[in-house]
Amino acid sequence: MTCFPRSLRIALGIIAVAGLIVVPMNFNRYGLFILSQWAVMTIAAMGLNLTLGYAGQVSLAQGAFVGIGAYAAAIMTSQGLPLIAALGVAIVLCFTIGWLLGYPALRVQHHYLAFVTLAFSTLAFLVFRNEDWLTKGIYGISNIPRPNILGFPTNRPLPFYYLCLGSLGIVSLAVWWLIRSPWGRAFVALRENPIRALSLGIDTRRYTLMAFAIGSALGGVAGALYAPLTQYIDPVPFHLSLSLDLLMMVIIGGAGFFFGPFVGAMIAVLLPEWLRFTQGYYLMLYAVAVILLLIYSPTGILGILDRFLAERRTKIASARRAAKSSLEAAP
Amino acid sequence: MSNLFDLLVAGLATGAIYAIVAVGFTLLWQTSQTINFAQGEFVMLPAFLMLAAMQAGAPFWLAILIGILLSMLLLGLGFKLLLVDPMLRHGVLPLAIATMALAIGIKEAVKQFFSAEASPFPSIVPTGDVSIFGRAVSLQSLGVLTLAILAVIGLTALLNRTSIGHQMQAAAQNPTAARIIGVPVERMILLTFLINAFLVALASLLITPIYLAKFSSGEVLGQAAFIAAIVGGFNQVRGAIAGGLLIGVVDNLAAAYVSTQYRAAVPLILLIVIILFRPQGILGRPEERTV
Repeated sequence: MTCFPRSLRIALGIIAVAGLIVVPMNFNRYGLFILSQWAVMTIAAMGLNLTLGYAGQVSLAQGAFVGIGAYAAAIMTSQGLPLIAALGVAIVLCFTIGWLLGYPALRVQHHYLAFVTLAFSTLAFLVFRNEDWLTKGIYGISNIPRPNILGFPTNRPLPFYYLCLGSLGIVSLAVWWLIRSPWGRAFVALRENPIRALSLGIDTRRYTLMAFAIGSALGGVAGALYAPLTQYIDPVPFHLSLSLDLLMMVIIGGAGFFFGPFVGAMIAVLLPEWLRFTQGYYLMLYAVAVILLLIYSPTGILGILDRFLAERRTKIASARRAAKSSLEAAP
Repeated sequence: MSNLFDLLVAGLATGAIYAIVAVGFTLLWQTSQTINFAQGEFVMLPAFLMLAAMQAGAPFWLAILIGILLSMLLLGLGFKLLLVDPMLRHGVLPLAIATMALAIGIKEAVKQFFSAEASPFPSIVPTGDVSIFGRAVSLQSLGVLTLAILAVIGLTALLNRTSIGHQMQAAAQNPTAARIIGVPVERMILLTFLINAFLVALASLLITPIYLAKFSSGEVLGQAAFIAAIVGGFNQVRGAIAGGLLIGVVDNLAAAYVSTQYRAAVPLILLIVIILFRPQGILGRPEERTV
């Protein structure tokens, strides 16, 4: 999207952020819940986008990391500890587990991370379900408190939505910085051509591992917000299907595009809600829509936009060249 | 001791079904780089097609026939023409995601048009026990095992002994060279999709009497087949067979000797161990990639 002038991009950004702050003010409780859910899922999908879109590794465990974050937050805040401490624990825990998981998997070859994470995802689910002493098993943890931020309680839906939105903002800035840092450039280098990156002196395995571990940690952040959002967690939402949903979000939005997860999460969270009037058919229609979209544009929605802008750019450039050559030919 | 014997027989029977599903899975991967995340749902659907045919008044044998034919039409031809063909040139990942969406679609369609409840399904082999070497063995396990072994032998014979089988293997291993020597690669790929559809219909027929017909039953099955394929070797038909049998046996033994809560974990741990020490799978070849 480098075609837009910088000022226009900043203006668009400001309008979008203002819209996200102002518009939901008179939403009802359910609308705010869905929007908060969108913000939380966007954070998780951004983490996966780092792993998949930038480092080119398929992870099928992002849902499990959201689960780990959610349980860490639920258990700690129920004991009276502040959410910020739980957030720290969730990040460290998910980063470490991601590192330990990726280390053996990436020793072999690209698609093995997908296999190992698939297995891990189900193992994590079994632990959530069976370790009653820690997770209360299938009964789940209820009455998860919502935090006070700078003295403001966030028990009501609107303040909590702002907490989710603010967290999304902070995470976005951090990721924005990360992908522009030498690290982020190394991630892209090893997605595009791992062997070339290796020969340029990039320790490909370490950077891939890093991308996966950071992505997993963001899953933990999303989980730490998910627990106080729903105020009740049980193992069911963190089943393998959440990991698959998150993967779908990243691909639908456009893997490797910064705003891909925003769009993808919007579609995955909001489209089923909009289709709810069709009652039993809504998930079916959602599935068909996803398939049609992927057939039309395998690079996702932002891929369509990107293609369109790229075409326009070449058109402008060739028109400019034509004008220039006719000028030169004229005299 | 007799307990162990029963567990082994039951494990081999379920394992044989996993093997059939895993073989179809690896066939699709080999010939057209399709990682089919809907494979479990592919197994779930034919049982409902057969049930629908029976509700319409068809006798059981005719319903089976209709189920298999419809499955080959929908899950073989339809799947290839409508989903795989338009997506294949875009690479492995978008196609894999599209099959995930397809899995959701099939599940929801069955839930909506048939039932959200589990339905009983008639068994094609008689139930009851038979005495072998003085031990009671479930007829159902034996029947399933026999049919599955026949299917696997038939498939291996087709792949290794017939000209069509050789052409299919050639099309899978090196499509360009196969095309040069006159193998109709496109037709061979279509054939693998039809074979996969037949195999999942067969698996559906064998496993549904045991676990009932339910819209969500594909999840567990698909995952078991996926793990079996990886454990055995992603790029070998015989690897998938070995993997399927192994997972079936391990799963049943784990249910008896580990704990019912963590039985599902044992195959997964096996998977991780295999990836660590023998990433190409028990019988697989290491994949070599050119720069």
